[in-house]
Amino acid sequence: MSSTELAKAAVARSGMAEEPRRQRRFVRAFLRHRLAVAGLVVITILGLAAIFAPLVATHDPYTVDLLAARQGPSRDHWLGTDEVGRDVFSRLVYGARVSLSVGLVAVTIYTTIGVVLGAISGYFGGFVDGAIQRLTDTVMCFPTLIIIIAAVSITGPSIWNVMLIIGLLTWTGTCRLVRGQFLSLREQAFVEAARSVGASDMRLIFRHVLPNSVAPVIVSATFGVAAAILTEAGLSFLGLGVQPPTASWGNLINLAQSATILQQMPWLWAPPGVLIAVAVLSINFIGDGLRDALDPRA
Amino acid sequence: MGQVVLHRLLITVPVLIGVTLLSYILVSLAPGDAVTAFIDPVTRAELGEEWVEMRREQLGLNEPVVVRYFSWLRELVQGNFGFSLINGQPVAGQILDRLGPTSMLMGSAILIGTLVGVPLGILSAVRQYSLLDYITTVGGFLAISTPSFFLGLGLVYLFAVRWRLFPSSGMRTLGEDDSTLDLIRHMVLPVMVLAMAQLPLMMRYARSTMLEVLRQDYMTTARAKGLRERIVLMSHAFRNALIPLITVIGLSLPELLSGAVITETIFQWPGMGTLAVRAVTSRDYPVILGIILVTATMVLLANLLADLLYAVADPRIRLRGRRA
Repeated sequence: MSSTELAKAAVARSGMAEEPRRQRRFVRAFLRHRLAVAGLVVITILGLAAIFAPLVATHDPYTVDLLAARQGPSRDHWLGTDEVGRDVFSRLVYGARVSLSVGLVAVTIYTTIGVVLGAISGYFGGFVDGAIQRLTDTVMCFPTLIIIIAAVSITGPSIWNVMLIIGLLTWTGTCRLVRGQFLSLREQAFVEAARSVGASDMRLIFRHVLPNSVAPVIVSATFGVAAAILTEAGLSFLGLGVQPPTASWGNLINLAQSATILQQMPWLWAPPGVLIAVAVLSINFIGDGLRDALDPRA
Repeated sequence: MGQVVLHRLLITVPVLIGVTLLSYILVSLAPGDAVTAFIDPVTRAELGEEWVEMRREQLGLNEPVVVRYFSWLRELVQGNFGFSLINGQPVAGQILDRLGPTSMLMGSAILIGTLVGVPLGILSAVRQYSLLDYITTVGGFLAISTPSFFLGLGLVYLFAVRWRLFPSSGMRTLGEDDSTLDLIRHMVLPVMVLAMAQLPLMMRYARSTMLEVLRQDYMTTARAKGLRERIVLMSHAFRNALIPLITVIGLSLPELLSGAVITETIFQWPGMGTLAVRAVTSRDYPVILGIILVTATMVLLANLLADLLYAVADPRIRLRGRRA
């Protein structure tokens, strides 16, 4: 056997063969985390409700009915109606679409940016690393919500801008994480072996090092979805996020800034608040379960 | 240690420049400029486009963005943060007025979060997998998952509307003499909201650093020497677990400032957060620029301070290079 084949065999042995066993162990470890399983169930239900919103909602979320305005919960309107008579339960269901998708899209954007910058930074090191890390330091100095509302004031508030802005401004944590992974992994024997058989930088980064740093990235992205949902809710609460008449969980609570609604119509602001907390808590539990299952050291 | 400190200081310089550059670029992306911002469309039509162009030339708005950045930076260094588009007041003065109230909220939140969170975290580390550990962990998750505005509204609903224990907004009761007691009564609810975000953070880090320390060899050594468990925990574990918390407090500042925006809005607290929201909704760009610049610089300097304190507090860093 030539040395090239030996090295290739070593690379192949380093992970691929163990894949099924590792997956089974992962599933078992995740299932042992009862809160994570509960979180997964809750999020699945919320996700399905969001996808099939037209079937789940009892009313049209945009139909104004002034005669039915400001009603408390009843058999017809499970969670009452808002100040122009729209059904609160139906708006909550449609709001799930907005809030969950903002979370997912924003995290996809920033995870992509963070992984690419972190990989480049950690793999190449030297001047490139220094430059990217100073950029990361700089972006990290800005309080997230403050820089986001500043950016929203420039682009104008809309659901797409909110997704994009959260995505563009919150990649720093992922970048640091991936860089750290690359710094330690690039010195390992299997990377050396792959390099010795002539693998290119791109191949080393994407085929060899990156797959091995996926676990912590998935964990942090999961927590990231929870954080992004909270950020969107905060923005919409301030009136700077998703704009009415489109419903999001955050802008449904925005109504409670009026004293009468806060004092006399808790059915308008309490359910969206509870729903945000439940969704975010569930996702955080899933993240915790993934962390335990993927990283036996933690 | 000298080297560590020097390296840390050297890193701060490009980051500080980056902060000013990024803030300036962000705000210069805003539509319109100083000329269009100050003149209503009718007058502008009467004066003609040529006049507008002349004003732009006079004010240096036609210069490339790099040139404008440097002339802005020159003013900034002299303490001129520009003037509000809405009321014409100097931005620096407005921000300075609001720094105090915001710092009061944040300082109290950090204090309470640390004083309650750290002991809880340490206890749950020492009794890992106990009922207490379980409750604090789940409670921590619940606290970080509840949106601060929902918590704030809930507290207002219960404590201000229902039970009338605390005032729901502002810093002082109108028509009453200024008194510390009145101020504290106004602070209770907003500080509770902010501390609820800070507490789980401190708890989690105290727990994980404590667990880390408990696994160290010197813990085994201390026990093997026959020291009592309490002494082992207090003087060997606790002290070493405490040091990283300096950094954690520094790193939590941006989140805390973000939290202050929402908390201050709910409680109409006259701080930087309400100023930021007002500036953003009225598109008062000089004020927005001032706020992002000041908050980012605060975060940068606080982290620098935290790292320097860390270097002083941790003998492993303080004594580095002594023997060499």
